[in-house]
Amino acid sequence: MAAKESTRVEYGKTLAQLGEENPQIVVLDADLSGSTQTHHFAKVFKDRFFNMGIAEQDLMGTAAGFALGGKIPFASTFAMFATGRAWEQIRQTIAYGSLNVKIVASHGGVTVGEDGGSHQAIEDLALMRILPNMVVLVPADGPETRAMTRWAAGYQGPVYMRTGRMAVPLIYDDSHVFELGRGTILREGQDVTLMGIGIMVQACLEAADLLAAEGIEARVVNLGCLKPLDWELVVDSAQSTGAVVTAEEHMVIGGLGSAVSEILAEHCPTPVKRVGLRDTFGMSGKPAELLKHYGLTAEDIKEAAHQVMARKANQMAAPLMGLKAPSLAGR
Amino acid sequence: MLYRAGSGHLGGSLSATDILVALFFGEMSAKADDPCWIDRDRFILSKGHGAPAYYAILARLGYFSRDELMTLRQFGSILQGHPDSGCTPGVEIPTGSLGQGLSIANGLAMSARLNGHGSRVFVLMGDGEVQEGQIWEAAMSAAHYGLDNLVGILDRNRLQIDGHTAEVMSIEPIADKWRAFGWHTLEVDGHNIAELQAAFKSCREVKGRPSMIIAHTIKGKGVSIFEGQKKYHGTTPNPEEYQQALKELGG
Repeated sequence: MAAKESTRVEYGKTLAQLGEENPQIVVLDADLSGSTQTHHFAKVFKDRFFNMGIAEQDLMGTAAGFALGGKIPFASTFAMFATGRAWEQIRQTIAYGSLNVKIVASHGGVTVGEDGGSHQAIEDLALMRILPNMVVLVPADGPETRAMTRWAAGYQGPVYMRTGRMAVPLIYDDSHVFELGRGTILREGQDVTLMGIGIMVQACLEAADLLAAEGIEARVVNLGCLKPLDWELVVDSAQSTGAVVTAEEHMVIGGLGSAVSEILAEHCPTPVKRVGLRDTFGMSGKPAELLKHYGLTAEDIKEAAHQVMARKANQMAAPLMGLKAPSLAGR
Repeated sequence: MLYRAGSGHLGGSLSATDILVALFFGEMSAKADDPCWIDRDRFILSKGHGAPAYYAILARLGYFSRDELMTLRQFGSILQGHPDSGCTPGVEIPTGSLGQGLSIANGLAMSARLNGHGSRVFVLMGDGEVQEGQIWEAAMSAAHYGLDNLVGILDRNRLQIDGHTAEVMSIEPIADKWRAFGWHTLEVDGHNIAELQAAFKSCREVKGRPSMIIAHTIKGKGVSIFEGQKKYHGTTPNPEEYQQALKELGG
């Protein structure tokens, strides 16, 4: 647990390795290659790296053209500009055309830190998840980043992957292999399920430790493959634990919390609490300060677990009348 | 086609028809019986609303049956209201949202160069379309990367939905703009096939920079009642107009 890696750094290193292995890979960036870590690739493969300048719309269009020309383009910039500035280019060409473009965007979430709200993408997953054909990935640590990056290079079709700025503890080891549409159970428990993506997977694991100290056994699930989501695992977790907490460094609208709620509403209505940003923008601060401010800590996940477990208990006590509905203050 | 469909973009299809004829029946190297031929020249209709003219030419070349033309814009048709590569043989990429085709063409031109193919890339833009900022991002990058296998064509018909480009949002001096961005820039009569062919020939000889052919055209070209009328940007003829158009176009 001592080692820490940032997902963006592991992406950059893996991309440089892939460049060696597959001559069809080209990389495009929009003047942020040092931040997105594509500079590792750029240094070695000068003729296959294209800096498009500060022009994200052109970045995505050009990447689309490369895909049409038979290349495997990785297009990188900050998550905010990739999915916000160039959303329509991604929608009209890359997703609609189902092109083999890999959009790997760094600086997702509030842990961007000091740059503040303008640079903290808290809606990127919603913007990408809504697009037909798009695969959406959010790695939780270095090994998962490496596995997802390698998988994306071999997959035929559009992929969005979000990386983060902050170094995070290792959850997996290097034997981890990514499988499309599959989540992983990281810890077993029968009282509640904590479902996380990205840096919040680690927070879920820490929350499970806190809960265990109280005698509550939480299942912890990583749903880093946000789309297509492992709905079987979501439903199975809801059925076997009866209470679900989702945790994401993203708005509770449109991301993991929404995806899980949508599945459970249709297939297995279950008390759910979504941990994430609640209809607000980010701001400047140290990552730890911001995570605390926005309620994205292990402590917050533990609190949410208590709430859904209370609702589960209420439902069991009054299954027909639902008399003891949770108070509005608890939403 | 448009009369049957009951909707679609008449004016901008007719203004671009001669350009497309000169391009597809003389300049471009492609095979209708092998639409995925790796060394083919590529065409992107960035002004996606010109789809009817594009479809008519693809049908004539044999990419699909001419009978399909009568299904334009209908439910289940291979001919969508705007080009969709998922439906129509010969169409490279979905277009219709303006301002995006040049970037795609750039990427194609760059990958052709990396692949060592001799293939060239042609992209047709509308004149109102260059009001989109992305066009100028792409204009900059094509020149930066010296894409001499790229030819842009601007259908300068001077009309957009709300009126004259000069009134809606002036684009002049448009040739100077492309020159200032570092493009080999020519101006031709977009209804004169010989002039278009000469322009394409000149673009072949340019090295180290992209080319832009500004083709001066008439919206609704070929039918007197449609010519220069903004009304026919996105409307289709009534039965009387349709009969007159058929007569003027020679059946």
